[in-house]
Amino acid sequence: MSSDIDTRATTTGHLERPVIHQTSLLRQSLAITRRNLIHIKRMPEMLMDVTIQPVMFVALFAYVFGGSIAVSAAAGYREWLLAGIMAQTIAFASFVVAVGLTADIDKGIVDRMRSLPIRTSSILVGRSLSSLIHSSIGIVVMSLTGLVIGWRLRGSFIDALGGYALLLLWGFAMIWLGILVGSAMRSVEAVQGVMFTTIFPLTFLSNAFAPSENMSPVLRTLAEWNPISSLVQAVRELWGNTGPAPDGSALPLQHPVVATLLWIALLTAVFAPLSIRTFRRRTEK
Amino acid sequence: MEKRAVGDPGYGRAMTATPAAGAPAIEAVDLVKHFGETVAVDGVSFSVPTGTVLGMLGPNGAGKTTTVRMMTTLTRPTSGTGRVAGHDVAREPDAVRRAMGLTGQAATVDELLTGRENLRLIGSLYGLDRATIKRQSDDLLERFSLTDAGDRVVKTYSGGMRRRLDLAVSLVATPPVLFLDEPTTGLDPRSRVELWEVLRELVGDGTTLLLTTQYLEEADQLADRIVVVDRGRIIAEGTPLELKDASGKAALVVTVSRPDDLDAAEGMLRGISDEVHVDRAARSLTAPAEGLRDVTRAAALFEGSEIELDDLGLQRPSLDDVFLHLTGHRAEEPTDDGLEEVSA
Repeated sequence: MSSDIDTRATTTGHLERPVIHQTSLLRQSLAITRRNLIHIKRMPEMLMDVTIQPVMFVALFAYVFGGSIAVSAAAGYREWLLAGIMAQTIAFASFVVAVGLTADIDKGIVDRMRSLPIRTSSILVGRSLSSLIHSSIGIVVMSLTGLVIGWRLRGSFIDALGGYALLLLWGFAMIWLGILVGSAMRSVEAVQGVMFTTIFPLTFLSNAFAPSENMSPVLRTLAEWNPISSLVQAVRELWGNTGPAPDGSALPLQHPVVATLLWIALLTAVFAPLSIRTFRRRTEK
Repeated sequence: MEKRAVGDPGYGRAMTATPAAGAPAIEAVDLVKHFGETVAVDGVSFSVPTGTVLGMLGPNGAGKTTTVRMMTTLTRPTSGTGRVAGHDVAREPDAVRRAMGLTGQAATVDELLTGRENLRLIGSLYGLDRATIKRQSDDLLERFSLTDAGDRVVKTYSGGMRRRLDLAVSLVATPPVLFLDEPTTGLDPRSRVELWEVLRELVGDGTTLLLTTQYLEEADQLADRIVVVDRGRIIAEGTPLELKDASGKAALVVTVSRPDDLDAAEGMLRGISDEVHVDRAARSLTAPAEGLRDVTRAAALFEGSEIELDDLGLQRPSLDDVFLHLTGHRAEEPTDDGLEEVSA
């Protein structure tokens, strides 16, 4: 069909009408993930929240406050601290999702994608996958930082993997929260405001940075029922960075792995339908 | 070979039924959209035959964007039906999405991606293979004079370049139906004229176009038919010419070569109309006219006379006059109690 090629050679020639193929949700999601990862490549400072910021927290807590926080862990506060900071970093996965989604809705990118013959869910799946990759970079950076300051994996290999798996599952649950906040807020600034004023206090009111045993009774109860505490306790135990929670701790801390899995299931069950509804309400009008 | 030129008799898509010959490519019947108490679109109907351009003209808040959002499956009509390439927008959104492209009000290209990466992202979401995406991208970048900028991050593009890329991205899969929501808003006059050229080419290639605009000139330049919308309703419809005729006030304008002929010319024109206005400085005469028939009559009169003419023609009212005539307010002014346009 040389005539086709000839007409294409001039700018006034006919446009080609390519055949549109139905693609899978996975392929669509990966295309969107790829695009989000190009963003990170073009703006590496987007990774600050999973690199410089947690390393700063490690330095701050390990070397500034560390001396005045007594823990029962054999290897000392620095080793004990690491799982806490990792949990906080992963909780911020929701932040990454929310900011990205709000920006895409705001700039009309979501509308553009919804006008294409793709599954709308691929927008959210793609956003979630890139967020998990984003968080994983944080986990690697944290692990390396930990190794430098004396943190070690002291449990079995399987348990160690279990700890990492719990962190990623937690990140998955947090994504739904991110979609909810990202769909509900009108601007990136609003998202930042909401996230900083909720996630930060939530992670501090837990055993992430200081043992809950030393808190006042009311705070201690709140902290020990905080889902983040279950996660941190579970990861610490799986990595051999602490012993079992002391007697008198709240029930979730006595069985932290099961409690964490239940929390993840509960958070997903609540936030997944809520976030999808909010996303549709926001974008389909 | 999987590709086909638009003009080919075999024109059609693998997964979309080709609309029957003569069937409208875009059709709306009694479209209504409520947002809570607010009625954004209040019973809009129109039909766009394949290969033609419909201009939807109206001020901010008239309901243009909401209509486009309903026709492009982004929001469901409260009532009424929309069809694109024969597919119902509410019941077969996927088939509609395969048949149409949308360029929204804001340039929805990704600023952190290069022009090529933007094209590639949308191309791969359409399920096009790599080679096709590459070919289409090369062709589109060239068409839109973006070849040199193709590998640059969009953040560095000018407003006009962004708009052109935005349109190029909508054309990656060469949809037979294209919706453009205020495609040239915010563009400088030169970029606007350039974009018009590209749109004319697309239509020449058989693409059906629905474009909304606040610019009367734009509708006049591009559209075969125009619907004028105001406060969620269509208040007038027709070809640009019909709309201008409807508001009357066309004028016959004659310019004579020699100033001495002005009086004689005036006398001749009196045979056609009683009110002849003479502008001596411009050597021209103006008289109200019914239409082209008066031009022909005048031409015949002058043909048999000694008077030499520089120009003879019909001056039609601008669409701006039309809008003022129809609505009582100018198109550029937002209506006082106008509805908030739902932006993308």
